[in-house]
Amino acid sequence: MEILVCARRVPDTSENEIQLNGAGNDIERDDLVYSINEADNYAVEEALQIVARAGGNVTVVTVGTEEDEEILRRELAMGANQGVLLTDDAFEGSDGEGIATVLTGFVQKGKYDLILTGVQAEDGGAQVGGMLAAKLDYPFASLVNSIEVLEGKKLKVGREIEGGNKEMNEIDLPCVLSIQTGINEPRYVGMRGIRQAASLEVPTYGAADLGIDKGCVGEAAAKVKRDDYFVPALGKGAEMLQGSSEEIADKLIELMKAKGGLQ
Amino acid sequence: MMAETAVSVHEMYWGISLTGLILFIQFLGLACFAYIVFKRLAPLARGERDLRLDRSWQRLQNVLKFWFGQWKHPRYRVAGILHLLIFAGFLILATRAFYLLTLGLSDDFMAAGAVGRMYDAVADYAATIVFLAVSAAAIRRVVFQPARYAVPERYGKGHPVDAIFLLALIALLMFSESLFEASRAAIQVQQGRAPEFLPIFSLPWFLKSTLSSLSLTTVWSLHFGAYVLDVLTFYFLLCYRPFGIQFHVETSLFNVYFAKLDRGTVKPVRWGVSDEQLDQVKSFGVKTFEDFTWKHMLDFYSCADCGRCSDNCPANAVGRPLSPRFLTIKARDYSFQHYPVFGSSGNGQPFIGNVYSEDEVWSCTTCGACEEECPLLIEYIDKIVDLRRGMVDDGNVPKSIQKALKALESRGNPYGKLEKKRADWTKDEGLLQASSVSVLNGDSAAETLYFVDSITSYDDRIRAIGKATARILATAGEEFGILGAAEKDSGHDVRRFGEEMLFQALRDHNTDAIKESGVQRIITSDPHAYNALKHDYRDLPPVEHVSQVIARHVRSGRLKPNHVENGSNVYAYHDPCYLGRHNQIYDDPRDVLDSIPGLRRVEMSRCRDRSFCCGGGGLMLFYEPQENERMGVKRVQMAVEAGANVIVTACPFCMVNIEDAIKVSGLEGKVAAIDLAELVDQHLVREPGTVVNETSEENERVHANA
Repeated sequence: MEILVCARRVPDTSENEIQLNGAGNDIERDDLVYSINEADNYAVEEALQIVARAGGNVTVVTVGTEEDEEILRRELAMGANQGVLLTDDAFEGSDGEGIATVLTGFVQKGKYDLILTGVQAEDGGAQVGGMLAAKLDYPFASLVNSIEVLEGKKLKVGREIEGGNKEMNEIDLPCVLSIQTGINEPRYVGMRGIRQAASLEVPTYGAADLGIDKGCVGEAAAKVKRDDYFVPALGKGAEMLQGSSEEIADKLIELMKAKGGLQ
Repeated sequence: MMAETAVSVHEMYWGISLTGLILFIQFLGLACFAYIVFKRLAPLARGERDLRLDRSWQRLQNVLKFWFGQWKHPRYRVAGILHLLIFAGFLILATRAFYLLTLGLSDDFMAAGAVGRMYDAVADYAATIVFLAVSAAAIRRVVFQPARYAVPERYGKGHPVDAIFLLALIALLMFSESLFEASRAAIQVQQGRAPEFLPIFSLPWFLKSTLSSLSLTTVWSLHFGAYVLDVLTFYFLLCYRPFGIQFHVETSLFNVYFAKLDRGTVKPVRWGVSDEQLDQVKSFGVKTFEDFTWKHMLDFYSCADCGRCSDNCPANAVGRPLSPRFLTIKARDYSFQHYPVFGSSGNGQPFIGNVYSEDEVWSCTTCGACEEECPLLIEYIDKIVDLRRGMVDDGNVPKSIQKALKALESRGNPYGKLEKKRADWTKDEGLLQASSVSVLNGDSAAETLYFVDSITSYDDRIRAIGKATARILATAGEEFGILGAAEKDSGHDVRRFGEEMLFQALRDHNTDAIKESGVQRIITSDPHAYNALKHDYRDLPPVEHVSQVIARHVRSGRLKPNHVENGSNVYAYHDPCYLGRHNQIYDDPRDVLDSIPGLRRVEMSRCRDRSFCCGGGGLMLFYEPQENERMGVKRVQMAVEAGANVIVTACPFCMVNIEDAIKVSGLEGKVAAIDLAELVDQHLVREPGTVVNETSEENERVHANA
């Protein structure tokens, strides 16, 4: 099975202190460290596991700049067969649909049985997967938390639905799936693997290579524009109990009784 | 005289030529033994390289001390003394055994007395002592059944019958030898000659008196029978030994000679492969049995299953799925099964998942208690690290540890905190007034570097240890600075968790930063950083732990502790593994404590080289083990049992684990933990105006509560 995983490089939320910049329209990016979007990492792991069972190849693709190559190398170190960077000045400032357009161009150049995306980018809106499926006219399933390969170009996919329930679907290949975190346990990518992947070749494609009309992508074509960025004011959600452990326990029991939590 | 009594071995006896029979048994026995040993060596030949031929003088000293001198045995009094007796007996009897074996080939079957009567007497006693000692050992096994020999269900079934069988064989060997001696003397008496001297109360002496009533023919038969029995038992035992724990009789000498010599170190990924060449190594660590080095395989053969390692293992004590003893036993079983004496050798299967579980390998805190105890100097930490290297190479790492490793890679600390905030602890209010901690970034220089490491830089509670250390150094007049943002994690436990390449990146970065700072010496308050800088890094200025520095200044009088603030406190010092066992620093911290006038100190039953790990440092703080209780909780109980209400330690990770354990045990307010540096800081006589004495919240609590 030929699998394509669409990945994205994002500021690592666990290793950054996110602060607004002076203008208030973006975050302070000077001291940020980036990594692959967590859900995309799960998608790559899932692709590798499918290939281990059913054979095939895993390609990881990202839309971005040369800086984004590092996540491709990390996924190559993880075991992906190829990493591809889609980069062009014209792509800069694209909204979700613009990115889906670029990816569509790349998908149409190759032949993929299965396309995976992360359920959402940590700094994004969970939109590219669905739009990509629509543009390709492929079936789509979101929030996928299990995949089983069936006979006859079909998959059985589990989807997470509200309340911790799970829904099982059969879906025809080729298709697009957005992968929920927790579907698997992504393998560790060590320093050794990253060093070995540093010398691998990562092909890049621009708008012309993909046959994309520059007018359909980039900032000019974007119909969704970010115009503000702020940290919401802390609500009155939590009450901090103070005092010694015993006093806190007493107050807690009192409160729970008052709210009907304890009889 | 000889001619009339000696029996020619060329005569037929029981219808067989004696010489022929003896020769046949001996040839068969030796051939079998050679074949079995050859088969046992097969996996060693397939194992990884291990360079152990250096420093032969030091290795010989080890042999003298640990093998010949049985140095570690008396740590377990009863078993140790029994073993010592058996071992000494074996050494004494070895000469006679070979003499007896060749006797059958000579014409003078009866002429044994010609060789050193004195030696014979000693050997008679030796045989008696060994006979009694193995009997005592058997009684101990059967009647008293010490707990450490028990085999928990998850590790399969025990082999108590094997142990008894082995002891019985040794007893039989001693008996047959003694019977041979006794019957010879009895024959001599019956023939009216002066009997061979048999020392009083020896086994042959007792046997002789029971033989005196028997006819000459019967005694002759017994004499001959005892000889054949002795030869048969000897060769059976020889060929039986390579099938179990008894193989250590042969392997122990080699195992001790080739034992690891350098404490605190970790073996290289591949012996003989430099760091620069590591990129060419196809696979890291141990994934299959054949990835172990030949010496580590020899370790598996050498284990006597005495259970001392697991008896001391803190992971085993709290019910983690790890027992060093069974790491060895399982690997030996695997080896025997896949490299059988008869049949062909099988292909290696992955070790993790089949022989060891993942949690088994991650459960080890590398505290070194098992290695400290092993009488045969079997290594465990290097094997654990090699197994982890294999798992890391396969991407098989628990998620919680992956996160910390990723943060170490991108930020140089396991918490993912900003590099530029690494020196923020020095800006905290109340640290120093007259002097501040300078960051050695090229503008300022100092003779001494205080290597802070991650936990002391970033952890709110542990920063107090950094501040106390800085104040002590300033008071002692040390000219020192820190690396600040240029410092990264020492990587001590990154290496011990198997992520060698990340460790090397951290090491190279820090080495460059330290060299650029131009310092002449390094001080650290973290035993893990101390061990890393001392043993894992190369070509650095000399490194000291702060307890050594304080001890020196106390001795020279530069630091003068005040009378203890709270005289009713009873203090117990907890030896951090990487200060004590791995670096043998036991006395400096104790001397510092004893220099505080009026301080009352007790020792826990497990102290110094038998210290009980608090739960592990570095990345172990990020691991979520399966366990029944925390190691720290057990340790706090030990302190309470010793009558202490303040546990003094000298390691930031011990502090985290022990304070957590105090909370978990519900002993808050009754027991407190304090770092040696914090305690000294509280008690320092300072020149007025130089330093502000900031008493940390923790310290106040100790003294308010106690």
